[in-house]
Amino acid sequence: MSGKQEIILEFTLKASCFDSAGEASSKVKRVLQQIGVRADIIRRIAISAYEAEMNVIIHSLGGIMRAVIYFDHAELLFEDQGPGIGDVKLAMQEGFSTASDSVRQMGFGAGMGLPNMARCADVFDIQSEVGIGTKIRMIIYY
Amino acid sequence: MKLIEVQNLLDAEVVGGSEWIGREVVTVFGADLMSDVLAFTNESTLLLTGLTNIQVIRTAEMSDLVGIVFVRGKRPGPEVIELASSKKIPLLATKHSLYESCGRLYQQGLKSCPLIGELP
Repeated sequence: MSGKQEIILEFTLKASCFDSAGEASSKVKRVLQQIGVRADIIRRIAISAYEAEMNVIIHSLGGIMRAVIYFDHAELLFEDQGPGIGDVKLAMQEGFSTASDSVRQMGFGAGMGLPNMARCADVFDIQSEVGIGTKIRMIIYY
Repeated sequence: MKLIEVQNLLDAEVVGGSEWIGREVVTVFGADLMSDVLAFTNESTLLLTGLTNIQVIRTAEMSDLVGIVFVRGKRPGPEVIELASSKKIPLLATKHSLYESCGRLYQQGLKSCPLIGELP
């Protein structure tokens, strides 16, 4: 990748808007492909982004996704409004989920999202406050 | 094994992306849980699933899957086929069950993804 100017992509994520869910992550993936990031790295970034995007759409009242693409790493930031996560440690456990039956019927809500993000990202940071919202920050190095 | 051989083994119909039917399949994953697909597959994986919604295509896109086989006679809608086509993801449909389909492919030497969720 030539040039060291970062690329900033920002998206608004609407609650329960499942038809367009994944579009933001798809756009991030396309930009990473255009600048020539390695396919296995793109895959990790795309999966982390998509899991987090789905989480915001499934669980929150809406939020934003911001991807900052640097010459040697990508930073993904998610910030949503309410309801927040009461017990983050519990939510990080594989298999724990509060998703509804309709979400499970779509193939999500198996309690794999947060642990999968943590596994794909080199840096994973989650902060949540009940009634306020959740913030997730991930960094993946190329 | 090439996707076209998978098509023959499963008596499947190509419902989208026939131009990519020559792709090589290395491993297979059978699931209706997209979260598990995202966690456990690798990039040369063929997905066998009974789910036909748009999230299956998004999951395949993010995970760089080789293609998707819809089992149990399920057929995706036109908007799902259209998105798959734009993402260059070939789609097959078989009347066989997930178990039967996996069995046929396993018998011909195709193996599962390692289940530990290790990254390449």
